Amino acid sequence: MTMVVDARGVGKVFGGGAEAVQALTGIDLEMETGDFISLIGPSGCGKSTLLRLVADLLEPTSGELLINAKSPSRARLDRDYGMVFQSATLLDWRTVRKNVELPLEIMDVPTEERSKRATEMLDLVQLDQFADHYPWQLSGGMQQRVAIARALAFQPSLLLMDEPFGALDEMTRELMQQEVLRLWGETGISVVFVTHSIPEAVFLSTRVLVMTPRPGTINTEIVIDLPAERDLSTRESPRYFELITEVREALRRGES
Amino acid sequence: MSESAGKTSSSSKVVRGGFSILAVIVAFVILWEGYKFIWTALEWTEPVNPSNRTLPHTWTIVGALFQPAQRNGPILLFVELKAAIFTLREALVGFLIGGSIGFWLGVLFVRSQTAERAFMPYVVASQTVPILAIAPMVVVWGGKLDIPQWLTVSVIAAYLTFFPVVINTMRGLRSPQPTAVELMRSYASAPREVLWKLQVPAAMPYIFTALKVSAAASVIGAIVGELPAGFRGGLGRDLLQFSQQFTAAPQKLFASVIVAGLAGMVFVGAITLAEHRFVAATRRQST
Repeated sequence: MTMVVDARGVGKVFGGGAEAVQALTGIDLEMETGDFISLIGPSGCGKSTLLRLVADLLEPTSGELLINAKSPSRARLDRDYGMVFQSATLLDWRTVRKNVELPLEIMDVPTEERSKRATEMLDLVQLDQFADHYPWQLSGGMQQRVAIARALAFQPSLLLMDEPFGALDEMTRELMQQEVLRLWGETGISVVFVTHSIPEAVFLSTRVLVMTPRPGTINTEIVIDLPAERDLSTRESPRYFELITEVREALRRGES
Repeated sequence: MSESAGKTSSSSKVVRGGFSILAVIVAFVILWEGYKFIWTALEWTEPVNPSNRTLPHTWTIVGALFQPAQRNGPILLFVELKAAIFTLREALVGFLIGGSIGFWLGVLFVRSQTAERAFMPYVVASQTVPILAIAPMVVVWGGKLDIPQWLTVSVIAAYLTFFPVVINTMRGLRSPQPTAVELMRSYASAPREVLWKLQVPAAMPYIFTALKVSAAASVIGAIVGELPAGFRGGLGRDLLQFSQQFTAAPQKLFASVIVAGLAGMVFVGAITLAEHRFVAATRRQST
């Protein structure tokens, strides 16, 4: 079976000579189709760097990294992944619909197909009422839903999310987490999710990778054995709290 | 409903705008005439002599617009309006040439650091050379190359207009957030698509700010460009002629300065209208 992400001994050094900084070292990661993996760790642990290596926005300086059994750059050219950032990064001169259509335009999808797909995606994130609004007319949570719709519009097999809910308030954040789980269930997409939040990582993931800094590496892997169907009651279950404690302790161990 | 509300507010905006323009004119006339009155009464002559020879009455200046410029000729206002249209046409062509060159230089410099390092110093240096030194050369070269005279004037106008466009285009093209650039890269976009779908739309507010500066500069460039050619028909020649006649009839120079100023305002106003058409209110830079 091919791995969505297959990393062996991946490392990343920024700069050279005396000022070289080892950002990541010895990253091993096997991610199967349908996995939801969270990368969690303190600032500077290299979790965003790892995400950017997968996305071919940065190149590894050592080790071997394959995305869908291809080089990251091949995977990027094949549009294998969609990306969501902490800031929604919507183009403010485009309506919501036109923002969702942006990747499709670049991929030369015909106009009719484009508009059909944008409609589907906006239905999926429940923003069909707002198709003709401009980004600044939307709340932060709604903007981030548009960013997710845009990332899913070209049906990639992998979704990369870099602290997507970091700027949202707690209530919106929980709603968005539920939303992402729903989309994940409906589309069967694989997700790599970078976060600072322990409850968020536990609630969403099939596996949580705890990272430690200087140099950044994966310290502990915690399998999240919560039921596949997760909702408010999951957040109140004893197992959920046990897993949160487990992740927290792993993070503590990494610090000392 | 909301549309009619929008209309009311925009028409009331026009009324308010018109009122403030009128208020400024009235205040200016009061200051001008007040200066003349007080300085004459106290027999002061510094900094500007208040006599009708140097500082004609506002009504004399406006009156001059409605008197024949030459014996049995049309009134000065018509002559100058015609000249203004002539000059504006040269300015517009120069503005289009300079604007395009400025835009593409901006694109080139943002794309290639080597090009920026190699050419930017000359682009900056070009703006420190007075237009009065450049204009005669362009006129002579244009004459040798059999380029129509109005077009050489446009080239001089273009020389004054491209610089702000270069600088602001560069700033604008570099304005998207780093994540927006990463996003485009994640789509495997060609550089051309990054330019037209991300950078240029992001740069529009910056470019329009530059175009307004350039529009005003292009009118100056056209007026100055007309001088060394001794080019008839435009504002430049008339301004020169009236400044030579200043001691005899100062009101004529003041009157044609008013027309020249109006010409520049019309041009900048047109650019502002285009900006309102193409750039959403939330994205406009306040100028």
